[in-house]
Amino acid sequence: MRGLLPIRAQLMANDTDPDLSGGMACPIPISDYPTVQLAHGGGGRLSQMLIEEMFVAAFDNPVLAQLHDGAILDIGANRLALSTDSYVVHPLFFPGGDIGSLAVHGTVNDVAMCGARPIALSAGFIIEEGLPMEDLWRIVRSMSDAAHGAGVAVVTGDTKVVDRGKGDGIYINTTGIGVIGDDVEISPHRARPGDVVLLSGAIAVHGITIMSVREGLEFETRLETDSAALHTLTAALLERRGRDVHVLRDPTRGGVASTLNEIAAQAGVGIRLDEEPIPIDEEVRGACEILGFDPLYVANEGKCIAIVAREAADELLQTMRGHPLGARAAIVGEVVEEHPGKVFLRSRIGGLRVVDMLSGEQLPRIC
Amino acid sequence: MRYVDEYRGGEDAGRLLGAIRRTVTKPWVIMEICGGQTHTLIKAGIDRMLPEEITLVHGPGCPVCVTPMRLIDQAIAIARRPEVIFTSFGDMLRVPGSNADLLKVKSEGGDVRIVYSPLDAVKIAHANPGRQVVFFAVGFETTAPANAMAVWRAERAGVENFSVLCSHVLVPPAMEAILGSPDHRVQGFLAAGHVCTVMGYWQYEPIADRHRIPVIVTGFEPLDLIQGTYMAIAALEEGRHGVENQYSRSVTREGNTAAQQLMTEVFETADREWRGIGVIPGSGYRLRESFTAFDASLRFDVADIEATESEECIAGLIMQGIERPSACPAFGTRCTPEKPLGAPMVSSEGACAAYYQYGRS
Amino acid sequence: MCLGVPGQVVEVSTDVLGMSMGRVSFGGVVKEVCLAYTSDVQVGEYVIVHVGFAISKIDEEEAGKVFELLRQMGELEELDVPQPEA
Repeated sequence: MRGLLPIRAQLMANDTDPDLSGGMACPIPISDYPTVQLAHGGGGRLSQMLIEEMFVAAFDNPVLAQLHDGAILDIGANRLALSTDSYVVHPLFFPGGDIGSLAVHGTVNDVAMCGARPIALSAGFIIEEGLPMEDLWRIVRSMSDAAHGAGVAVVTGDTKVVDRGKGDGIYINTTGIGVIGDDVEISPHRARPGDVVLLSGAIAVHGITIMSVREGLEFETRLETDSAALHTLTAALLERRGRDVHVLRDPTRGGVASTLNEIAAQAGVGIRLDEEPIPIDEEVRGACEILGFDPLYVANEGKCIAIVAREAADELLQTMRGHPLGARAAIVGEVVEEHPGKVFLRSRIGGLRVVDMLSGEQLPRIC
Repeated sequence: MRYVDEYRGGEDAGRLLGAIRRTVTKPWVIMEICGGQTHTLIKAGIDRMLPEEITLVHGPGCPVCVTPMRLIDQAIAIARRPEVIFTSFGDMLRVPGSNADLLKVKSEGGDVRIVYSPLDAVKIAHANPGRQVVFFAVGFETTAPANAMAVWRAERAGVENFSVLCSHVLVPPAMEAILGSPDHRVQGFLAAGHVCTVMGYWQYEPIADRHRIPVIVTGFEPLDLIQGTYMAIAALEEGRHGVENQYSRSVTREGNTAAQQLMTEVFETADREWRGIGVIPGSGYRLRESFTAFDASLRFDVADIEATESEECIAGLIMQGIERPSACPAFGTRCTPEKPLGAPMVSSEGACAAYYQYGRS
Repeated sequence: MCLGVPGQVVEVSTDVLGMSMGRVSFGGVVKEVCLAYTSDVQVGEYVIVHVGFAISKIDEEEAGKVFELLRQMGELEELDVPQPEA
């Protein structure tokens, strides 16, 4: 975050004196958003705006401009994937997982979605004064278990403690690196008309699990987070037909809908989804009905979208289904030439509609 | 899910749509009253599957959209007070007031909480005796029994730190207002199934008779809406008027009398301002004299706050079915879900948001 | 307006103020729901729930009527599956 400080200072200067000239002007119109909103981090349209108009503009370089889950770096004869993510989930412990396991799985997955084999992680802890030591120990053990399970090592780290009231118990940042195989070329730009969209399993499980323990909205459910490391699943796909796997993404924040919108926009193609085959659990549907949520926009932590060449689709679907994390995989759509940059969905009754990028956070719809 | 899945089948929908195609011979304009119905129609793509003779226009049945800006500003003023925990349904948080919305108040440090049920707000009040807990009691007749119960329980249990900012609206006077407008073009109504679940449909009979118009009480699943449309078209083609009940699995003629009883105990009919439309006589509820101790606008002295709407926003015309969202010059440009001019662009049930999100132009 | 979701009553109880409460399952997800306005409802029956309140008991016989109508249509007319525009 050190690299961001000059821009922040500039933003604050602009805020107090909009006419201040010289230096770099804040690219996000201050009249629209004088302060950062929660939705700027929600994975939807405002997040995208912040990333593209502020961060990408400021750090401008060809690797970042790819806007992938991670960066792909050529170092000598090797290609490395580098990815970072910060975890701010609340509550810290939830059915089936906690912030620790999530911090490992999430970054392992970001590396895996670059087509890489994850090797090592760093871990940065920002801890709020007063966090019970027992909780911290639980989180650290859970991270350690998750890292062992995924076969990656946590090789370096950092610890900061902030004043009571200035953090939500604990925030964790993890950065991962991995090595990319020779004939692997994963990039959102490779999605092309005719390709097929594979989804590795039932959607919206993580987001709904977190909602089930949110204060004020609690409901009883047997659901547990789907948080899992997906790198062995992606490795199986790449091993089977590496050249035919064009795009890999894990649809976390903003869900399947936002991820596909990003891919459609980056590749300049249209995506056509089918509602019928999209796997979804009965309990997740029930929860979405009572909250008024669209499951297409709800977060996943152990699911993978693969956009693959049509001729390889059946074989890769079988590969997914043969993996424990892909047993319910399905073909859910295709890439088309029409409506570039947009995602359409054919509803169960046969109607057609646009699946837009989420605007702001999904709020429980009650009326 | 039982009573959900079976009403979303493609083959059944196709059969009913076929029946509509065979029945319709000339252009008809039908209004679905409820925003939830608008949402289903567009989300399932039904609007694109109907024959072109049929024009669906979207009604005012979105409580979030019709809550006057004045009241949003009052809510914001209350929510900014340090002693207040402001509770609301999620929908209301993004509705623009004059200068802010409740999400902004939250981002500035205000204690704004989303609740699932008004009873949850009473529980929060009970658990926080040192704070003032205010519930934003908006809604149509469907929500009124729940909000009435919250007030009634707070009174019974002596939860004195609880109050409600109340903006209840009623469907029949709004229908009358729409039919009374010289510009109106509505020839048939799909009435809101959940409002009628509570109120019954006997109130609609005089309206249907007076204006010689079919009113079909309709549910919310795709099959319900297609069947409701079919019933409306059949009635129009045959020149029939009157009330018919498509949603008979939930609605009876007299409605839920237990719910009506408590509503009448807590609320009384009053004139009510509808955002973008204006004051409609007898179109809302306010707390009865015996419950005014729970009126947040009095407790926090915000009743005098006034507000003016954006001049460019045509939400009022859209909610009366006179214009479609895409006809608005600001639609998708100066008015988006990120920077809304009017409430229908932010409510998940608002016609403008539905058009924007599901790609109608 | 007025999101109303059908769910199955799995438990009926009475709270401290004598109000009828219950637990309702929505596809396996269970929430506490006020049953004061549908006080004759039994465990196993379905209700429509709005903001934590059951506002009606679903009439099973009426619920099947549309399918009866469809069955008659199917017998009378050929299946006519629509071709929505692309």
